[in-house]
Amino acid sequence: MMALRVDKPGMLSTVQDLGRWGYQNLGVPVAGPMDRCSHRLANVLLGNPPEAATLEVTLIGPELTAERRTHLVVTGAEFDLFLDDATVPTGVPLNVPAGSRFRFGRRRRGARAYVAVPGGFDVPIWLGSRATHLPSGLGGLAGRALVAGDCLGSRETAAAAVPTVRRRGPVLALPEGGARIRVMLGPQEALCAPEGIETFRTTRYAVTDRSDRMGYRLSGPAVTLASSAEPLSDATPTGTVQIPGSGQPIVLMADGQTTGGYPKLATVISADLPVAGQLGPGDWMEFAVCDRAAALRALIAQEQALLA
Amino acid sequence: MTGSVEVRTAGDSALVVELGTELDPGLNARVIACAAGLRDERIRGVRDVISSYAAVTVCYDPLRTDLDALTEALTRHAVSADASVNAPPRVHEVPVCYGGANGPDLELVAGFAGCSADEVVRRHSETSYRVYLLGFVPGFAYLGRVGDRIAMPRRRTPRMRVPAGAVGIAGGQTGIYPYPTPGGWQLIGRTPLRVFDAARDEPFLFAPGDTVRFLPIDEATLLASLDEDEAGTAPGA
Repeated sequence: MMALRVDKPGMLSTVQDLGRWGYQNLGVPVAGPMDRCSHRLANVLLGNPPEAATLEVTLIGPELTAERRTHLVVTGAEFDLFLDDATVPTGVPLNVPAGSRFRFGRRRRGARAYVAVPGGFDVPIWLGSRATHLPSGLGGLAGRALVAGDCLGSRETAAAAVPTVRRRGPVLALPEGGARIRVMLGPQEALCAPEGIETFRTTRYAVTDRSDRMGYRLSGPAVTLASSAEPLSDATPTGTVQIPGSGQPIVLMADGQTTGGYPKLATVISADLPVAGQLGPGDWMEFAVCDRAAALRALIAQEQALLA
Repeated sequence: MTGSVEVRTAGDSALVVELGTELDPGLNARVIACAAGLRDERIRGVRDVISSYAAVTVCYDPLRTDLDALTEALTRHAVSADASVNAPPRVHEVPVCYGGANGPDLELVAGFAGCSADEVVRRHSETSYRVYLLGFVPGFAYLGRVGDRIAMPRRRTPRMRVPAGAVGIAGGQTGIYPYPTPGGWQLIGRTPLRVFDAARDEPFLFAPGDTVRFLPIDEATLLASLDEDEAGTAPGA
């Protein structure tokens, strides 16, 4: 069913779901939302199944026209939002009459917002997922970001009723200009010099403008390696912090390559990946080392807040 | 094989086990056997099992996985990994038109090797290569091992665009670009074969453990096999 026409696409708007798991062995990255938490919250608020696809909006949001009556909800980064000329809130399901115009205005906090419609956006499933992987041009809507004139269908059935879910409080603390991100050291911290690890733990890095859905290139004091020998390439899960020869860390994000040969100093914990996903160029990033128990506690707390 | 391996954590949702540290076909075969055995167990919470040159990485959902049981299973498969259980390798013949506009770096590689371009072609196409792993982009197979003489390191400055089917060398590795992408490998030829096609029922031609052989073809054969829209996309010199 046709739901939304794209009048202006925004800076980078892509269809995402929970990701394309099971094909990294063939070089296919997982993709999926940069802020998995806000993506899931949007689906929870509309009573959607977990696998429903949302629209990830980056820094500058789109302008959309409802081709017929629908509902939608926006989560994640805080933007000024307008339904026709009225200001509408983030995190609350909205009734969108046919012909009305939904528009993102000024961004207040965070980098990425998520738009959900009942049933999720209807794009083809490829290898089990609707997620867009931009570097390869695969998945989502023709493997690319939205352009003006696109029409996004929803999987809403005529009978679907939108539950009136009320928010109980924020699930994710949106970063203000930067964030302290928790990591677990490893798997290859031994390839970094002890003073390099100390630098990593104590530095406020800048997220450079060479940062995107593939990864964040950071700028700051160099992390020294134990030797110049590069290990054999192996898997690089999302959240891996790589140290290339320059010593400037690279944090691999949703669209990151499946394998890499730079030493892997640390890995962002699952609960803080969504926070990292709300950062953009110009923000700062610091790293706090934690252990598995703390990582799991944080993830469970986040899950409880999401499903409360 | 020794009786112990070290399972390392890669954050709260992945484990890695290294079966060795060298680039070796026998070791890689055991890595593939380990990954396959682990996949076959269908352990609750496991999202992905990835084999590379010498390591297996398991991605799991930390809220649904019994980590002790997963660690035990990973250790068991790593210790007992037996390449003889792997299916016989599939053999792929890849036709390649070497040199000219299709292989703009062939003369550079010849200069590096101190031999003729024909000799580079002979050396590259007389070897059977192993698919050690896939990565870089979907469907890109890292093939090894290229003979030392022609194992020229990658370009200092990557090309902005390499066409689908370009065949390159980077040190001891050779590979085929699945679709147009930036790339830094020394391009010596081009194949009309689509190693990756998202629209096919079987999008991926290669899997880890497969064998690849290159078969020299002339330019007329290449052009006859390329789609019209692909024929004009040679990278140039």
